[in-house]
Amino acid sequence: MTDTKTGSGLSFKAVFAALGMLPVLILLAIAFELISGRFLSVNNISNVAQLAAINVVLASGMTFVILTGGIDLSVGSILSVSAMVAVIVSLMPEFGWLGVPAAMVVGLACGLINGVLISALKLPPFIVTLGSLTAVRGVARLLGKDTTVFNPDLPFDVIGNGSIAGIPWLAVIAMVVVVISWFILKRTVLGTWIYAAGGNPEAARLTGISVPFVLLFVYGLSGLLSGLGGAMAASRLYAANGLQLGQSYELDAIAAVILGGTSFTGGVGSIWGTLVGALIIAVLSNGLILIGVSDIWQYIVKGLVIIIAVALDRYRTSGGART
Amino acid sequence: MNQQSGQGAIPETGADTGAAPILEMSHISKTFGVVRALRDVSLSVRPGELHALMGENGAGKSTLMKILSGAYKADPGGVITISGRPQSEAAGQVAVIYQELSLAPNLTVAENMFLGREIATRGVINMKETIARATPILKRLGVSFGPHDRVADLSLGERQMVEIARALTTDARLIVMDEPTTSLSSRETERLFEVIARLKSENIAIIYISHRMEEIYALSDRVSVLRDGVYIGTLERADLSAERLVSMMVGRNLDSFYKKEHACEAAFGGGAPLLSVRNMADGRMVKDCSFDLYAGEVLGIAGLVGSGRTELARLICGADPKTSGEVVLEGKTLDIRGPRDALREGITYLTEDRRKLGLFLDMSISENVNVAVIGDDAFAGGRLNFASAARRAAAAIERLAVKASSALAPVGGLSGGNQQKVLIARLLETGPRIVIFDEPTRGVDVGAKSEIYKLIDALARQGVGVVMISSELAEVIGVSDRVLVMREGRIAGQVPEQAGAEITQEAIMALSTGTASNAAPSAKTATAEGVA
Repeated sequence: MTDTKTGSGLSFKAVFAALGMLPVLILLAIAFELISGRFLSVNNISNVAQLAAINVVLASGMTFVILTGGIDLSVGSILSVSAMVAVIVSLMPEFGWLGVPAAMVVGLACGLINGVLISALKLPPFIVTLGSLTAVRGVARLLGKDTTVFNPDLPFDVIGNGSIAGIPWLAVIAMVVVVISWFILKRTVLGTWIYAAGGNPEAARLTGISVPFVLLFVYGLSGLLSGLGGAMAASRLYAANGLQLGQSYELDAIAAVILGGTSFTGGVGSIWGTLVGALIIAVLSNGLILIGVSDIWQYIVKGLVIIIAVALDRYRTSGGART
Repeated sequence: MNQQSGQGAIPETGADTGAAPILEMSHISKTFGVVRALRDVSLSVRPGELHALMGENGAGKSTLMKILSGAYKADPGGVITISGRPQSEAAGQVAVIYQELSLAPNLTVAENMFLGREIATRGVINMKETIARATPILKRLGVSFGPHDRVADLSLGERQMVEIARALTTDARLIVMDEPTTSLSSRETERLFEVIARLKSENIAIIYISHRMEEIYALSDRVSVLRDGVYIGTLERADLSAERLVSMMVGRNLDSFYKKEHACEAAFGGGAPLLSVRNMADGRMVKDCSFDLYAGEVLGIAGLVGSGRTELARLICGADPKTSGEVVLEGKTLDIRGPRDALREGITYLTEDRRKLGLFLDMSISENVNVAVIGDDAFAGGRLNFASAARRAAAAIERLAVKASSALAPVGGLSGGNQQKVLIARLLETGPRIVIFDEPTRGVDVGAKSEIYKLIDALARQGVGVVMISSELAEVIGVSDRVLVMREGRIAGQVPEQAGAEITQEAIMALSTGTASNAAPSAKTATAEGVA
């Protein structure tokens, strides 16, 4: 592709919105560097990348879901149950490495259940995934008999703690997920269907697009990526916990997507915006710690950022009103 | 459609030509960024006249009206006086009724009439006083609903009456109506025209925006024309003619407005039909409809809004589930369970509501044109074929003369006519054998209308079976070989009954209102449910 814009769904508004947040990211980084004097060190940037990685993966799946006008509140719980499965499987002698695929299969299965309920039974995504947020969390606790499971000799711990050419594996995986997401959204028929089904579901149906299939795909993918996120979290910690792991991760993922300019009503947005959004959240968390802001204040600042993001979304959609 | 209604409502040139104008707009310009939407436009409206404002979509009518209502501010240099006073001091004198009605459906008629100007003491609405003031206004309009009725229970036509009633609560002296009849049935249109006549008799001036020539003839005292943001001229009633209006609007003469070069003899028996629809019903709006469609034919479907035309079309193309009936294509009974199945057989449907049900407004022209065929064009693994998409888009833009800066421009920013062309292009890309057009020229300007007629004619000449649903009788008659008339969910009859006979408005109206036979027309069935 010589011209990246040719025929693709790279809507001008989405580009504008993504660019609109990129300067915020850069300004934040510069500000933290000026205050702390060590934000832009190689070591710290690597920290930020690791910190952002899991949220980038979850937010990528969330981008697909929100592009169809839906929401997936269950990603944190799916991450938790997948991490449990990853650690439990890793304890099996000989087959420990199966922990990663097992986590992804469990995540995919959870996502497909969401997808079937939403696409076939036509239940509202908010309610379905709110239900699975709770139910799957329960399953995660059940798996470990409500305790933390450990594996100090985790066979795939390189994912969470190793690096390649100085880049943490977590960050590499996150980037690969982003690139594949971009490819699906902008370079495949399915991607166009996702934008179409999100922008105008009834028109999509009349055009012959199978909207239920699109929904099944996006919730399945979101589950799959949550499963991957679970494997990543488990390999970082050498452990998993059904009660606490992944708590409120869905909120960070949603915040990243909305910060990235993807419209809550569906049909408009881009994966690059989501990447920038997730990085802003990670930079905020890391930077606030660096400059010594207390844990409590971090919550307050992050919360405010989410509200400002939604305000920006509103402003952007009203500014884009057509004649 | 309103040849009778029109006569009834013809104004006795109630306008007082000698009186001081109620509205004087002079030297109005408006620029948006680099785009000049209006250039030095002047408009003068006399008290009690119906002043029609015409022009193609994008000519600047809506911008001018938004400046009048205060929604936009004109560029410096423009002067607006209302009843001899500057615009800023004349609040309440001008009321604008937009195409999209702005009522709160869950409130009552009276509450809506005083919405935003509630009659209240210390924040508590004085319902008694509200009703007392609403009632005489509704009486003046001669409407059948009362102040206590919930707006959600009213038809579109009745809601429009509520909007007019709301305008009267502020003693407006000038009411702007922007395409008020677009979604009204013939009967509701008649009612509207009666109310317009009443308003004029009370010396209220009306600026009336419409694309429908028949209405302009029936109602106007004067007609002003805008083109490309420039004021072209004003015609007095006595000087009105279709040719002059059209040439003022498009700046050139349209050779023949309706195009019918194809002829389909097969349509009157003899030969096997291309498509047979048998005993179609949905248990609600459509009752036992059967008809044949022949290759190379344009089959018009007329009838009042709410007679089940759109619902029948949606059943045929699988958009809604049917309770009985079958679709037979060239002798083969089809199993259509959804729009996909219909598309696979080459049965396509152009929705009447392109913005809500047709287009992806945030997506580009190219994506909108290609969306139905990208799957067929794609490379292995479902990778998009951008080259073929670009080719198809460029060809469609050229063939249908879509006016746009680029194939990658979002469809949402195009004018109504160009949006419609994009949607038609999408249908054509699928290589249809049958096209069902539902109100193909609704909200489309004159130039694009004529191009759509030409396209329909060309499709028929290529042997495609075309169905055209329309509320504009002149266009149904001008384009169709045969016209089916629907009434209350059934096919009431066909015009003409034999080959060679003429299609007349009278025959269609008689069938659609049921006055031909033992009719018992009931106003309630002609509500606007069919119009989303």
